[in-house]
Amino acid sequence: MSAAMTGTVAAERPTSTFQTFLSRRAGMMPTFAALIILVLLFVGAEAFLRGDFITPGNISALLLDNAYLVILAVGMTFVILTAGIDLSVGSVMAFTGILGAQLLARGVPAWLAIVTMLAGGAVIGLLIGTLVQYFSVQPFIASLAGLFLARGLAYVVSLSSIKVENTGVLWLQTNRIRVGDWYITPTGLIALLTVAVAAFVLHLTRFGRTIYAIGGNEQSARLMGLDVGRTKVAAYVISGFCGGLSGLVLTAYSGAGYPRNGIGTELDAIAAVVIGGTLLTGGRGYVLGSLVGVFVYGTIKTIISFMGAEQSWMQIIIGALLLLFIVVQRAIVARSEQRR
Amino acid sequence: MRADTPPIVEMRGITIRFPGVLALDGVDFLLRPGEVHALMGENGAGKSTLIKALTGVYAVDDGTITVAGERRTFATTADAQAAGISTVYQEVNLCPNLTVGENVMLGHEPRRGRTIDWRATHTEAERHLRSLGLELDPRTLLSTHSIAIQQLVAISRAMVLEAKVLILDEPTSSLDRDEVEQLFGVIRDLRDSGVAILFVSHFLDQVYEISDRITVLRNGALVGEYPVADLPRDALVTKMIGRELDDLEALSRSAHRVIDRTGEPVLRAEGVGRRGVLEPADLEVYAGEVVGLAGLLGSGRTELVRLLYGADRPDHGRVAVHGRPARITSPRHAIDRRISFSSEDRRGEGIVADLTVAENIVLGIQARKGWMRKIRKSEQDAVVAEYIEALGVRPADPQLIVGNLSGGNQQKVLLARWLATAPELLVLDEPTRGIDVGAKADIQHKVSELSAQGLSVIFISSELEEVLRLAQRIAVLRDRKKIGELDSGDVDLDGLIDYLANEGKGSAA
Repeated sequence: MSAAMTGTVAAERPTSTFQTFLSRRAGMMPTFAALIILVLLFVGAEAFLRGDFITPGNISALLLDNAYLVILAVGMTFVILTAGIDLSVGSVMAFTGILGAQLLARGVPAWLAIVTMLAGGAVIGLLIGTLVQYFSVQPFIASLAGLFLARGLAYVVSLSSIKVENTGVLWLQTNRIRVGDWYITPTGLIALLTVAVAAFVLHLTRFGRTIYAIGGNEQSARLMGLDVGRTKVAAYVISGFCGGLSGLVLTAYSGAGYPRNGIGTELDAIAAVVIGGTLLTGGRGYVLGSLVGVFVYGTIKTIISFMGAEQSWMQIIIGALLLLFIVVQRAIVARSEQRR
Repeated sequence: MRADTPPIVEMRGITIRFPGVLALDGVDFLLRPGEVHALMGENGAGKSTLIKALTGVYAVDDGTITVAGERRTFATTADAQAAGISTVYQEVNLCPNLTVGENVMLGHEPRRGRTIDWRATHTEAERHLRSLGLELDPRTLLSTHSIAIQQLVAISRAMVLEAKVLILDEPTSSLDRDEVEQLFGVIRDLRDSGVAILFVSHFLDQVYEISDRITVLRNGALVGEYPVADLPRDALVTKMIGRELDDLEALSRSAHRVIDRTGEPVLRAEGVGRRGVLEPADLEVYAGEVVGLAGLLGSGRTELVRLLYGADRPDHGRVAVHGRPARITSPRHAIDRRISFSSEDRRGEGIVADLTVAENIVLGIQARKGWMRKIRKSEQDAVVAEYIEALGVRPADPQLIVGNLSGGNQQKVLLARWLATAPELLVLDEPTRGIDVGAKADIQHKVSELSAQGLSVIFISSELEEVLRLAQRIAVLRDRKKIGELDSGDVDLDGLIDYLANEGKGSAA
């Protein structure tokens, strides 16, 4: 067998560097778009507020205030990459948060409370993943069941908020590592670490590539001999675990567990993931994009409170951005299908 | 090829039963290294069942599979892959969102510890692609390449698994001529390097171009294995189609009715086609005429009628209905012009299995009237009763769920649905496939009777006898191209088979 016999197959090699870049990195375009929007928001706010916006304090606070959402968005990215959805994460965050606060109030050691929170989130994820994979339940429905279950469990633990006195847990929030006017808390570090680990797993392990393959074409992934079943369940377990982790971060942030926390937060997480360039149809997107998505979301929120406008504007702007992004994504998908 | 080489795959007495059906009945199949072996047969002959037995998708009820001298039972496709048997399917089974290189290597990426070594992955992928003569940047997205290239990437993937047996199931069905040439170049190289290749295609020309040996199946049984040189095309077609003793010969030959072709035809299509689907074709259908479309499966007969009906969009050609130009780009336009189409996919595109007989029949009238217009209950009942009676639907209960009826009766309900819309042109795609002889005769009688009353019909069937019996004129298609038209008075079955296999080929192969 030799190349000389068939000659070489002319598969148009891209000519310019720009074309090479495009044909290799077409999938990154929505994420770049999100980054550009973030920069535009910063610049616009800076101009509008006459230099009061881009300050070390504001940027540091952006990460601090949205650490819980970053973690939720990371977990959600795994699920959406497999073309699924997880509606349970807001409730899981509330449930694990109130559970942890209750355990700490009863004198359980902090490490055990934390492990229980994380395990609790992961178990709910396992339940949803099992329903999706082995009982062929639509991810929407399975995770909706998870949403109600976790919210109900949160109310079972406590109907009112429970203050956290444990210094270890509060330290996650109060300890500020300062560099000049910049600062970061352990909760912010946890969020960034989650992003880093997720990026590593998604891009450098076979498990991560299987996640992408499933989102690209589940049937193909199966015929290629990849372990589709376990990988899909694992995506939901990761999302549930992230729900537990963000429960911990939010509890530390607010100094209390509250069973009504995070109502609708799952939708914020989905919005952040989509704005960050991950396709709801699966297989395309980056966890770093989701981080950018959360920052876009958080920045809009900050700008609105700076302007003293009504919070309802927040929803309108996020809604408009989502629409815009979904249309952009459709256009990209349609274009790549056309080129075949 | 080298007939003395010991076979790499030896399947003996393979029997597979599905509930109520004997899908394969003691079939023998031998595949030798360094040959391209075509597996031929009409739909339902058992080709895909045999392939699935070999790739571990179906368990074998009886018989043995020996690969490279060892007895094997494959429980999963992964088992078969491990034994060196790889399959490239008709629909490219790769991930369009990933890079070419990743698709080649997925699940087999070189790693350092637990992490993927991307540089090595892409280098190795490039090596595999090169060995098939593919100059591709492995870092480009798969979806930026044509289907043909993707098909070749799928073969490269099979090579990573060091396949000794490569199964190509309809690999050319979405490729154009040049792309098929690329693919065949690769197949020949692989063959010469000793890979055994099992090739399934409905395109006779391609089978004769690439294959060394042909195995023919019919109705789940082996007809025989032949070197390509010993099996002329018409012999192959005869073996694939078979000749069944005809219980239906009593049917009056509506084919001999004389059709008045002086006025404007009900439908005139000029140069209707679509790239990669059907080469531009002409077709005329006059009032009261039955035009048969003959051709093997995949020859373009279904594609032609779908284009005419607007179920698929043609990119060439003009259509006129009663001499007036008509733009038919959706089934609605066709229905508005009194053209009805009964799909070959009875369950998928025909009946609604969960609705009753009456509801299924009324659907057609409703579609024609527009969904806003109410149809009175008494009117519905009258129409339903009339057609159940006229077509002999059994049991004659309008309230039965259609899914519970036999195939033949489902087909009658479908026919009733379209007849109730009072069409001027009725397109029937395989209306008698998979139904019992009685229902088959009923449907043939009905078609003959209705056409005598002035209905125009386009009739598609894999059973050439049926086409010859019903149609006055037969349009013959092969390899997605209309190759000619015959007057059914001038031709018998042998003549039609010969035409189907050889017309335009010069002398017989």
